[in-house]
Amino acid sequence: MELTVWTYEGPPHIGAMRIAASMDAVHCVLHAPVGDSYADLLFTMITRSAERPPVSYTTFQARDLGGDTAELFKTRLQATYDRFQPQVMLIGEACTAELLQDQPGALAQGMGLPIPVVPLELPAFSRKENWGASETFHTLVRHLLRGHSPVNHSPFNGRQPLANLLGPTALGFRCRDDITEVRRLLDSLGVAVNVIAPAGATPADLLRIPNADFNICLYPEVAHSTCVWLERMFRQPWVRTVPIGVGATRDFITEVAQVIGIDPAPALAAAKTRLPWYSRSVDSTYLTGKRVFIFGDATHVTAAARIATEELGFTVVGLGTYSREFAREVRAAAEQYGVEALITDDYLQVEAQVAALQPELVLGTQMERHIAKRLGIPCAVMSAPVHVQDFPARYAPQMGFEGANVIFDTWVHPLMMGLEEHLITMFREDSEFHDHAPPAPPINAGAAAVDINAGASSPAPVAAAPDSSSDTPQWQADAEQELRKIPFFVRGKARRNTEQFARERGLAVITVETLYDAKAHFGR
Amino acid sequence: MTAELTITRERGECQTFCGLAGIVWLHRKMQDAFFLVVGSRTCAHLMQSAAGVMIFAEPRFATAVLQDRDLAGLADCNEELDRVVSELLARRPDIGTLFLVASCPSEVIKLDLDRAAERLSASRGGAVRIVAYSGSGLDTRFTQGEDTCLTALVPQMPALPSSERSLLIVGTLADVVEDQFTRLFNEMGISTVDFLPPRRVADLPPVGTGTLVIAAQPFVGETLAALRQRGATVIPAPFPFGVEGTTLWLTAAATAWGVTAERVAAVIAAPAARATQALARYRELLAGKRITFLPDSQLEIPLARFLARECGMELVELGVPYLDRRMLDAELALLPPSVRIIEGQDLETQLTRLRQDRPDMTVCGLGLANPLEAEGLTTKWSIELVFSPVQGFNQAADLAELFARPLQRRQRLVV
Repeated sequence: MELTVWTYEGPPHIGAMRIAASMDAVHCVLHAPVGDSYADLLFTMITRSAERPPVSYTTFQARDLGGDTAELFKTRLQATYDRFQPQVMLIGEACTAELLQDQPGALAQGMGLPIPVVPLELPAFSRKENWGASETFHTLVRHLLRGHSPVNHSPFNGRQPLANLLGPTALGFRCRDDITEVRRLLDSLGVAVNVIAPAGATPADLLRIPNADFNICLYPEVAHSTCVWLERMFRQPWVRTVPIGVGATRDFITEVAQVIGIDPAPALAAAKTRLPWYSRSVDSTYLTGKRVFIFGDATHVTAAARIATEELGFTVVGLGTYSREFAREVRAAAEQYGVEALITDDYLQVEAQVAALQPELVLGTQMERHIAKRLGIPCAVMSAPVHVQDFPARYAPQMGFEGANVIFDTWVHPLMMGLEEHLITMFREDSEFHDHAPPAPPINAGAAAVDINAGASSPAPVAAAPDSSSDTPQWQADAEQELRKIPFFVRGKARRNTEQFARERGLAVITVETLYDAKAHFGR
Repeated sequence: MTAELTITRERGECQTFCGLAGIVWLHRKMQDAFFLVVGSRTCAHLMQSAAGVMIFAEPRFATAVLQDRDLAGLADCNEELDRVVSELLARRPDIGTLFLVASCPSEVIKLDLDRAAERLSASRGGAVRIVAYSGSGLDTRFTQGEDTCLTALVPQMPALPSSERSLLIVGTLADVVEDQFTRLFNEMGISTVDFLPPRRVADLPPVGTGTLVIAAQPFVGETLAALRQRGATVIPAPFPFGVEGTTLWLTAAATAWGVTAERVAAVIAAPAARATQALARYRELLAGKRITFLPDSQLEIPLARFLARECGMELVELGVPYLDRRMLDAELALLPPSVRIIEGQDLETQLTRLRQDRPDMTVCGLGLANPLEAEGLTTKWSIELVFSPVQGFNQAADLAELFARPLQRRQRLVV
């Protein structure tokens, strides 16, 4: 057993769901107990999808365990096929179903459905979400392209080269906008996009993958094994550089140009990005040598470390990943910065290291936000897992030249906040900026007498110094107590309304009853 | 009247949380408790998906994630659990009560957490109370996780001396609602009002033959049964939603205690009148609107009763995950007989009916809310109803407002 406070990745069947939810005309049937459908809300709430993910669950319960859960699975599979009529079905098990050993994949294949049915092996007690996504994508592509032969591409003389973009998924960090940005880069090189997968692809699109001249592996956590397989089976070269950061984007352009045999110089010359100038402007001088700790998935961590050192002038004091599949690559990267990579999925270990290193900035995931908040360190999010605020409405890529602009703003922003915070600590008596704003005293009489530095120990100077203009009703102690139970963001309004209510009725004293009478009178 | 109600049972795919979700509010209510789920990465993922938007410096729940070696028998699960619990208690010496929460995987491999809890309690000489219950999807749905948790606490409650009386209110309530109820009962002359769950598990209320028990939530059926086993008397009543529900609920408790009808009426007259007045504003908006509940929390029937009788809404379909007659008979008697009640769920069939009915409002979980909104249906996500202070007189209008808000929003937005 492993004590887990927060988990960086979900179980592998979540990865399978991400592939299904990314694609069109693919449906996933999961053998899973009641409750596992919670995963739907990752898609409907966090990414705000307007459609339910194409996933059906057997939702077995205790009473089903005595009976035939295999039969339950077959019934659900048939019903799902009849209803949704997908072109391909994925068959998987959640962790509990894995323990039942109903072999749903084999059962499904024996049912003679008129479409490809792809069974997935998702070992829930040893593997995790990204592995599940990678395995599902790889299995699906392999299943569909089995027996197809490589396409003999003509030389490029005059013909537009074709590339596949592989790896973007639903619930992936900024995938939506990264695709747009990478398309822009490819445009500048005269490369056309053949298939983007899994995001937005149909099974028919996957069959067209071999038509491309080469593959671009945008998210190795999802697409690495597929790219390797395609290279072997279809002789498609693949681009390894992930274009996150100005330097990496330039390298990406150079690598693509090399694959298609053109000169990258014109595309590089045409590139527009503000990060280099912003970073050189004197305002950024104070960023020099800022000690930064980086943690996330392997791809984003490796990219972030390069940006931090080469493009922003930070010092990387710690670097790590939860992507065990890419531990070797991250270790190699860490070596360049003279630190030892932290390879772990244990949140507590990450927390311990951050606490020990005391960096000035943490670049991480949603989880590192928890750590940074606890330790009072500025933090920016640059890798999944992320929450709803990191699926923004605005254009917010990480990749390409616009991605670099986004990254500059995102990473520097918490530091500016940090600086303000320092000023507050230095000048505690400042009348506007202090650590706890006083409960807005009336601007008129006697307000200046309120001593904000008087702690809870001094007997309630605020309550004892009411406005002397006599028409303000007195709060009874228990009414005041009750008022404090109202959430702080509406408390002020409740206080004002109650006082107004009491004044209008000529009440000199506010009781708990008055508070609720007023609440009933005004509504929310 | 209940005889006229038609209740149809459906089986099939269901869209509900498992009982582990109860931890999300139970750990806020019981400030000295920690919840350790013994399960898989899926369980940990569920917990953080449901609660992760709150940034806690120190969350009071965690998961002991089973590994391959635990399943293969290479590691003794009990030894592993002892190790994890020691690790946890060393990190959090402030924990007074530790709940070991069973999940689907731990139940399938038949890991006996009850016995583990006894063993671990004993080995710590009572310094930490350790209690086991199940929140698995195999056994529990959503709010049922609170029922199993509270049921596990009942044997731990001290005995009420036989000469004493108490009124015990069962089911999580917001602190502010508890305080209101306490004040009203005190004014009626009922001095000992206890709550289960308590704010601190260290202060578990006593129970005995002098205890009168009333449920504040419809999903605590097993807890009431366990309390009855300890000699308590259960008072049947509708639930304290809205003016009518709150009046009936308070009256049932007070009458059972022996308070005169006049005294009850005198105490509740002002707050009831105030609530009625506050409610009027929302009745205007809600009256005549058609509403469907998809099954989720067991709150569906009492809420539908409130919306129909006090807000004038028309009930189209009432989906309930399961129907506990012990808890809901008093409520069913108040429902309009025409209502279509569906116990259990067959998701796709239910959605087909929903699309035919096209109600003005659908109460459903978050997995369905946005997709239904995109189809042009107005939704109210149901989990909020479990998290908000909605019981009692002073919250009657707030409860109506929760339903009015999505309708008002739809009217406001023009793009």
